[in-house]
Amino acid sequence: MNDTSPKPYVVSINTDRCQGHTRCCTLAPELFESDDLGYGCVRGDGTVSDQLLEMAKLAAANCPEGAIMLRRAQS
Amino acid sequence: MRPPVTDWEHDFDHFDERWTQDPTQLWSEIRATCPVATSQRFEGGAYFPLRYADIYAIAYDSEHFSSQRIIVREQKLPVRGMPPITSDPPAHTPARRVLLPPFAPKEVAKHEPLIRQICVDLLDAIGDRREFDAAVEFAQHLPTLVITHMLGVDEKDGDLFRTWIYVLSTQSVQDPESALSVLGEIESYFKRYIELRRQQPADDLITYLVQAEIDGEPLTERHIIGSLLLLLVAGIDTTWSALGASLWHLATHPEDRRRLVAEPELLPSAIEEFLRAYSPVTMAREVVEDTHVGGCPYAKGGQVLLSFAAANRDPEKFDDPDSVIIDRAHNPHAAFGLGRHRCLGSNLARLELTVALEEWLKRFPEFDLVPGSDVIWSEGQLRGPRTLNVMIHASDTTS
Repeated sequence: MNDTSPKPYVVSINTDRCQGHTRCCTLAPELFESDDLGYGCVRGDGTVSDQLLEMAKLAAANCPEGAIMLRRAQS
Repeated sequence: MRPPVTDWEHDFDHFDERWTQDPTQLWSEIRATCPVATSQRFEGGAYFPLRYADIYAIAYDSEHFSSQRIIVREQKLPVRGMPPITSDPPAHTPARRVLLPPFAPKEVAKHEPLIRQICVDLLDAIGDRREFDAAVEFAQHLPTLVITHMLGVDEKDGDLFRTWIYVLSTQSVQDPESALSVLGEIESYFKRYIELRRQQPADDLITYLVQAEIDGEPLTERHIIGSLLLLLVAGIDTTWSALGASLWHLATHPEDRRRLVAEPELLPSAIEEFLRAYSPVTMAREVVEDTHVGGCPYAKGGQVLLSFAAANRDPEKFDDPDSVIIDRAHNPHAAFGLGRHRCLGSNLARLELTVALEEWLKRFPEFDLVPGSDVIWSEGQLRGPRTLNVMIHASDTTS
């Protein structure tokens, strides 16, 4: 186990901000889906593989409400 | 005849010919010297903020800016609720929650076969004519037919709906009486359907609203009629305008059109860019308490023209905002609004635009405007082409 390797990125949605534009679900369907009311939800635990990192950045940059956070896992 | 505008900063008029023809150049000029234009042409005074940041702040501030009146008028009309678009907190959340499920992506996706069939039928009806009005023969019919099917009413009533919307959103800005008589007609129209669906439920939105509850109580008839009116006002001219403007862009920008035909995977980003650049909807707020936004004062009783189209052209927010870039990657546009009143029908609108452009480009990959024929744009808070005479060309099938 190499503890010096960087932690993976994780996406999350600020549910107070999300208004259901669903841009994230379209731009990054592997990471987001919409619920029965149309609000965005993170699939699984939100861990972003290296292959999906660009897609996650695109989803965050295109959210009109600025509701998507992308950061390195804390632990 | 309206007095022409000579001072856009202090006497703006969104019914002026110049605004109707090409607002973006005008907005750039105003924005260069003034972040908020004002006007006394509208009761209580009107404000037109041009900065994305101010429009965002106002959309989020329901304490100072009420949504009860969504049209900027010369004379304010009595408030006529169309929940949830005209609702402020705390009534807003439950009224919106009731309507969210049928417009969530999963439910909206079920209408795709219907939408595609409507598009194919409309294109079949155009047949092999080489010149026709795309705004009238294609763009206006799609959202109208979709909404009549979703409501479960007669397809033929679509013409009536478009007349009502025109009177409510445009004609009545200067002629308040016209709105009152139309509202009476709409009320009797929907009362009859509500009664029919109470007796015999069907799989449609009128039945859905008749059976819906807030806190265990059925919706009042007034609430149901208001929400149905909202679906008409918000569901027809909006998508008609967005589709018409997209076709206008493709008719006048052959390089973008050919690229989309060659690279259909660009359609989603192209649609978002058309929505940004040609946002059809401008909303309104009423100032309910004196306040400041972005350092500018807003006085109680004033009407705010909340132009998402202007927000989407702000160079502080978007790089090169007046260029239409169909593969623009960073595009968090506000065409469907910002904050709690995000357009309820945005998923439906996107699906209609996607299917319509797919089917259109399949049928008519090569087209432009009929030379010498004027494009007529709608006036007021909904912007899109109402006359768009296109000429179809034979496509080069050898390429």
